[in-house]
Amino acid sequence: MSIPAQAPGQVAATSPVSKEHALELLRSMLRIRRFEERCVELYSEARIRGFLHLYIGEEAIAAGVMPALQSDDPIVSTYREHGHALARGIPMNAVMAEMFGKVQGCSHGRGGSMHLFDAATRFYGGSAIVGGGLPLAVGVGLGELMQQRHTVTASFFGDGAVAEGEFHECLNLAALWKLPVLFLCENNRYAMGTAIERALANVDVTAKAAAYNIAAEAVDGMDVLAVEDATRRAADAVRNDGPRLIEFHTYRYRAHSMYDPELYRSKEEVERWRDYDPLVTFPAQLRALGYLDDVSLTAIEHEIAVEIDAAIAYADAGTLEPVSDLTRFVYSETRPA
Amino acid sequence: METPVSTAVSTPDARVTVRCTYREAMRAAIREAMHRDPRVFLMGEDVGRYGGSFAVSMGLLAEFGPERIRDTPLSESAFVGAGIGAALVGMRPIVEIMTVNFSLLALDQILNNAATLSHMSGGQFSVPLVIRMTTGAGRQLAAQHSHSLEGWYAHIPGLKVLTPATLEDARGMLWTALEDPDPVLIFENGVLYNMEGDLPDDAGPVEISHAAVRRHGDDLTLITYGGTLPKTLEAAERLAKEDIDCEVIDLRTLRPLDTDAIVTSVSRTTRAVVVDEGWRSGSISAEVSARIVEGAFYRLDSPVLRVCTAEVPIPYAKHLEDAALPQVETIMAAVRQSVASDG
Ligand SMILES: Cc1ncc(C[n+]2csc(CCOP(=O)(O)OP(=O)(O)O)c2C)c(N)n1
Ligand SMILES: [Mg+2]
Repeated sequence: MSIPAQAPGQVAATSPVSKEHALELLRSMLRIRRFEERCVELYSEARIRGFLHLYIGEEAIAAGVMPALQSDDPIVSTYREHGHALARGIPMNAVMAEMFGKVQGCSHGRGGSMHLFDAATRFYGGSAIVGGGLPLAVGVGLGELMQQRHTVTASFFGDGAVAEGEFHECLNLAALWKLPVLFLCENNRYAMGTAIERALANVDVTAKAAAYNIAAEAVDGMDVLAVEDATRRAADAVRNDGPRLIEFHTYRYRAHSMYDPELYRSKEEVERWRDYDPLVTFPAQLRALGYLDDVSLTAIEHEIAVEIDAAIAYADAGTLEPVSDLTRFVYSETRPA
Repeated sequence: METPVSTAVSTPDARVTVRCTYREAMRAAIREAMHRDPRVFLMGEDVGRYGGSFAVSMGLLAEFGPERIRDTPLSESAFVGAGIGAALVGMRPIVEIMTVNFSLLALDQILNNAATLSHMSGGQFSVPLVIRMTTGAGRQLAAQHSHSLEGWYAHIPGLKVLTPATLEDARGMLWTALEDPDPVLIFENGVLYNMEGDLPDDAGPVEISHAAVRRHGDDLTLITYGGTLPKTLEAAERLAKEDIDCEVIDLRTLRPLDTDAIVTSVSRTTRAVVVDEGWRSGSISAEVSARIVEGAFYRLDSPVLRVCTAEVPIPYAKHLEDAALPQVETIMAAVRQSVASDG
């Protein structure tokens, strides 16, 4: 197991960060964490069903990536996308309502936890086929390029996807055509129960990118400032010069999904990674800088709790789509312009 | 119509026609679409420099350039997915997959992305994409290059499945498909590319939601599509000499299936034979038969019969391949059997 180089509590910012922005990043991570913790409760109450893949431990990536992107940059995500969706700005109400299967959900209740979509924020969904989002992202990048929109298409995927053929086809195509795609690998060291060492002959994802002539960087994905900084630099590079890849080293503290007895790793391993929990280390950094104290942290926590309560109430009050609408949207009702 | 033409002649109804092949009609359709709409581009393996593996896109690279006639690496999943993504953000891609056999490497993208995104996003997104591919057997290409899987694709809600079998449809279906907001698959049976005929020079878009009666008749309805249409029409002509007057329905579109046309015709003729180059089990011919039973059961004077491909991987040897596929003789035999049976 490789542990991020960063020691807990150490300030790693390569660019100076304002107090206001630092607190915004903290708030964003905490909001995802608390949202998902409530989702677990709601799941055990059977108010959320289906698969539920938690992002707990990986929040620094979504929280750091999103501020480094523009509001019109398209996002293609995976089934582990609550964090991406919330950090991107899909309203929590709409995300929660989606988990409840309500028509007020961001996918009309058609998608659930794994398939959050939102046209307003250019969020092209969580795909639940491992690797299946990559070709889509490459195509979105192609379409954007051909229409001279100067966007960066962000494509999230896990370490498991790196073994899929689609990953390799897509890196090659994106590099060959210099497409404006930012490949974001969330390497949490496991694909379900398969440790990366048991899946990849070469566990260095950046080396695979290099083989396709794509400049890549490995980044401590538990360090939100490092994530943001690396994403900003990579996104700039993509806008001018074609695809880039970032491999974020991270860890998921929870089970793969709600049906996972976690036979494949030790409790000690999970505990060791707790030292790198961004929601432990980052608040410690901010306290050391004098940006955060108990009072301000409590205030943030309170604000988040209020938002989550409101989202649950909203989802609860939401309505179920009439069964008569079952086959709506199998084919489009409106013609695109 | 700007196709390579050998002759242009005036027909009695004063429409000018041009002599052309199915391949040329298809190429003309692509050229027209490229001229009509700057969002349209063609992408696939060897569509550019090589001219298309079946020469459909021959000459288009010189005319439209490499931005719009895009040669892709061998990576079916990536470039089909790229078509889906580009369509999502406003382009109108035509993706060419060399043959249906290789579409299996892109099946994930077609089924899990193209067909689902509209519904799964609650109608927020749509995928106005056209995927063209060659299908079918009959050219001694053996088991891995002879599939007819259009019936499989017709199983999938969210897709539309077209099987042009005439010059008019080769010429006209593409534009209508490109105007459609949803993913449309066009299956071009390889044996049709060299089919030659006269096409009105103002031939243009055709509708894509109805079957067509290609021959009127009173005794029995033959139902087919794609590569077996010419064989079925020939069988009908020969049967006419035996005083069996067959109606021939060309399904044209396998999804959505034009149930009305099938049921209406069979209700009148009271007999049906379905001809399908797919394997019999779980095929589109099975679906057509079921719809006849659902919609015209009490009008039938004999059981619905089917002429399908034998349930074997298609063999290389010509005599075996011929034996495996629907042929004029086997179609005629099925019709005679149906007519002889009087329920
Ligand atoms: C093509 C495909 N194969 C298998 C699965 C089942 N599956 C769901 S998640 C998963 C692990 C993926 O791991 P990774 O890409 O590292 O993402 P993570 O879950 O760690 O975020 C697997 C095998 C799937 N959804 N898609
Ligand atoms: Mg993983």
